[in-house]
Amino acid sequence: MRIKIYITPRAGILDPQGRAVENSLRSLGFDSVRGVHIGRYIVVELDALSSEAAEASVREMCTQLLANPLIEDYRFEVDAG
Amino acid sequence: MKWGVVRFPGSLDDDDTLFALREVLGQDASLLWHKESSLGDAECIVLPGGFSYGDYLRCGAIARFSPIMRSIEHFAADGGLVLGICNGFQILCEARLLPGALTRNRDRLFICGYVNVRVDNSGTPFTRLLGAGEVLRLPIKHGDGRYVAPEEELRQMEERGQVLLRYVDTAGVEAGEANPNGSMRAIAGVANERFNVFGLMPHPEHAVEEALGGDGGLKIFRSIIANAS
Repeated sequence: MRIKIYITPRAGILDPQGRAVENSLRSLGFDSVRGVHIGRYIVVELDALSSEAAEASVREMCTQLLANPLIEDYRFEVDAG
Repeated sequence: MKWGVVRFPGSLDDDDTLFALREVLGQDASLLWHKESSLGDAECIVLPGGFSYGDYLRCGAIARFSPIMRSIEHFAADGGLVLGICNGFQILCEARLLPGALTRNRDRLFICGYVNVRVDNSGTPFTRLLGAGEVLRLPIKHGDGRYVAPEEELRQMEERGQVLLRYVDTAGVEAGEANPNGSMRAIAGVANERFNVFGLMPHPEHAVEEALGGDGGLKIFRSIIANAS
């Protein structure tokens, strides 16, 4: 099973990288850009009996290591196949 | 006093810390490999600066799971003194031994230079030989030193006096340009609620000899030593 995990800076936490890219996009003429948030994308390959078991396990991985809940949000998609 | 200085893969300032403790301060300091679980008879543990595990994932996130960290958690829970410098501060935050987190500097640059920090609580084991409001000149060198914590937590930390050091100008005043990395409330160093764990971004171990740019770090080490006597 493949799990795709998306980790992004929490709302309200300054994201200097996102801010720099946002300014660059505006200077290229993309005036409609209202925000850019840069995080990280992690793919975990996992042996699990069910999607539910995989989800429970990935949630633990995120809270214990992959994300820091003080500064980051996470969401994930289970790719059963 | 007996000290243990931890070396993780990627630690950089372990040797300078040992030099400061042994050669300048005449202390009994040992190097502790991160895979060990014994802290020996150390009375103070130092987590030095560097780039443990290449700063993979987040600074300090992986070092936090080194075997020695379990022993340090027990040591801290029993009231033992723990000092985290730079990457050591990041590891202590990731391990939840200190509140808050350290994030990419406001201006996205790795910064290297001297800062002035003001002592905002001189009644702790790490600052007892310093005066309240005393300003120290110390070096910094980091890319991820912007301290953040939830507003409510910051308020409680300030009430309890857990903010030990703040970035200030030479007059001891918090001013925008004196804050090198954009840390919330200009925070440069914090302690836990029991005041036996302290983390700071500036490097006291690089400021122990006047001939090498200043000795502003000595009073922090001497404060810790004064606890033992």
